[in-house]
Amino acid sequence: MVSDPSVRHLPWSPELALETIGAHSARRGPLLPVLQALQETFGFVDQRAVPLVAKALNVSRADVHGVLTFYSDLRSSPPGAVVVRVCRGEACQAVGGRALAEHATRSLGVDFGQTRPDGSLTLDEVFCLGNCALGPTVTVDGHLHGRVHTAELDRLVQDSAPGGELA
Amino acid sequence: MTLVYVPADCSARSVGADQVAAAIATEATHRGEVVQIVRNGSRGMMWLEPLVEVVTAGGRVAYGPVAPGDVAGLFDADFLHGGGHELAHGPTDQIPWLAEQDRLTFGRVGVIDPLSTEDYEAHGGLVALRRAVTMTSEQICAEVTESGLRGRGGASFPVGTKWRTVLDEPDGPKFVTCNADEGDSGTFADRMIMEGDPFMVIEGMIIAGIAVGGLEGFVYIRSEYPDAVATMRSAVTIAYQRGWLGPRVLGTDHRFDLEIRVGAGAYICGEETAMLESLEGKRGVVRAKPPVPAVAGLFGRPTVVNNVLSLASVLVVLAHGAEFYRDFGVGRSRGTQVFQLAGNVARGGIVETAFGMTLGQMLERFAGGSASGRPIRAVQVGGPLGAYLPPAQFDLPLDYEVFAQEGAMIGHGGIVVFDDTVDMAAQARFAMEFCAAESCGKCTPCRVGAVRGVELIDRIVAGRDAAAGVVLLEDLLEVMTDGSLCAMGGLTPMPVRSVLRHFPEALDRSERSGGARP
Repeated sequence: MVSDPSVRHLPWSPELALETIGAHSARRGPLLPVLQALQETFGFVDQRAVPLVAKALNVSRADVHGVLTFYSDLRSSPPGAVVVRVCRGEACQAVGGRALAEHATRSLGVDFGQTRPDGSLTLDEVFCLGNCALGPTVTVDGHLHGRVHTAELDRLVQDSAPGGELA
Repeated sequence: MTLVYVPADCSARSVGADQVAAAIATEATHRGEVVQIVRNGSRGMMWLEPLVEVVTAGGRVAYGPVAPGDVAGLFDADFLHGGGHELAHGPTDQIPWLAEQDRLTFGRVGVIDPLSTEDYEAHGGLVALRRAVTMTSEQICAEVTESGLRGRGGASFPVGTKWRTVLDEPDGPKFVTCNADEGDSGTFADRMIMEGDPFMVIEGMIIAGIAVGGLEGFVYIRSEYPDAVATMRSAVTIAYQRGWLGPRVLGTDHRFDLEIRVGAGAYICGEETAMLESLEGKRGVVRAKPPVPAVAGLFGRPTVVNNVLSLASVLVVLAHGAEFYRDFGVGRSRGTQVFQLAGNVARGGIVETAFGMTLGQMLERFAGGSASGRPIRAVQVGGPLGAYLPPAQFDLPLDYEVFAQEGAMIGHGGIVVFDDTVDMAAQARFAMEFCAAESCGKCTPCRVGAVRGVELIDRIVAGRDAAAGVVLLEDLLEVMTDGSLCAMGGLTPMPVRSVLRHFPEALDRSERSGGARP
């Protein structure tokens, strides 16, 4: 998703959901943009939004579910307070990306695609961020960082944590 | 007042360009110097980022890579007047790495302020469009065909032929789409154009619209490129304000509307039919071809699907003529290709050059060896679906047909360098893993084949009946190549096969050395 992570996500509200859906429902091929907008508003696509989207766009709930589960950007549960993404593409592998990925899961205590039970952090994998001559590359809360090895990752995560005790 | 350029390209920012720009502003204020900082795109010399350029009486001079801590020293050295410093590289245009290239499509990237229409026009922007509005659709298609330009997205289909097919379809709504879902690891040229010269993409799309009779366009940008999305969106707004887009393009009777759409993290949406499905708001599941998108594409209508670099190249063709463009290159690979040096490379970045240079020359003259200083063991050309090539193949000329004959491909021009610490069996396995993760699931050879491929490679590497495993793997690769609907399943075998062919020792390690790596 292209969203500014510093913008706080709003708590669920059916009225706000309908308003968000309505803002994009007249676009051509609206289903994906609508789901992206919902995620931008709420941080994820709440299950309660699915029937609302289906009704507004005159598609089945299965259609909505299908799109929601196809795209790796779209979340069905809230992300952690900090979102770390590690590039696993070949160009980053060539400069230590595999070791960085292993370090990330070990030191952060979560697997790729997982959020810590306390909601403090989500770790995601991404296949290429287009920073292939300055890898290994990660994003922390949407900010791109190049030439990140294990120590830099620890520092970046530390700096991003509100209380500074994430890593 | 002194003009100072500090790139806002996301790659430069990933290594501190924002902090450098802030440090220069602060230091200038502190010293009472009047400095105007322009945030340009990147020149594509990534090992020098953040690359700071100062406009002096003798032209633009370069300093890099600059860290915030270097800024005070640069002021001490009078860098605002081109003073000497250990980070100084002299006039930017005379840096040999840059000077030896043929920067046709990348001519403005890193040079101009990306969102300045004045800069754009002062550096040759709109020349192609101004010419195109005086031509008929047939003339534009003919000129593009004559230039020999082939699609730069990876499939290398002739652009003029594609446009002509759309033009020849019966009247009615036709669409122009730009595939900016640049998902191949090791490629970043589309991103740099969108961030560094966004009006070029817009101009190319308007020309495509005129050429085929399409009035509406969509740029599909991957979500992993948020800066490119933001820059392109701003550029579209400005282009409407300037009357470049809208009901009267440049004051003529041509109409063209353009919308930016954002992907959602699916590699497969770089495949043109999956991209069209995604643009329609659906799951990015590939379509069977025929019909090709030129006949039945977006919402079932005739649709142009062009890569960012293809559209950028069209501007060169129309601005300078088909002959000018065709005179670059070799054989049926005409014009320039934007190669992207990536991975374990000493001097990574953008190398735009005529087709025909050998891979080895590219690695010596431009890449300068590996970043680690260790010997290069393999380079993967053409993205995750491209072949791994050993040093014995470095004499291959960069030419579509020659690469195809060798079981390799140029693709979108990505060249990823690996040193001798690479585990080639792991790279072969990754090709299958990636396919398993990113397959859209529509066809069985890709969806199931990739999973079986991972299992088979694991079995071979573990030495469990490895010889039979290799035979079975080769059989699987054949099924995937011949039986998959699109290039995802159809080309995943290419990197795997290249490992079997060029690095066989990587897979039979257990038989040879009892499980230990050499």
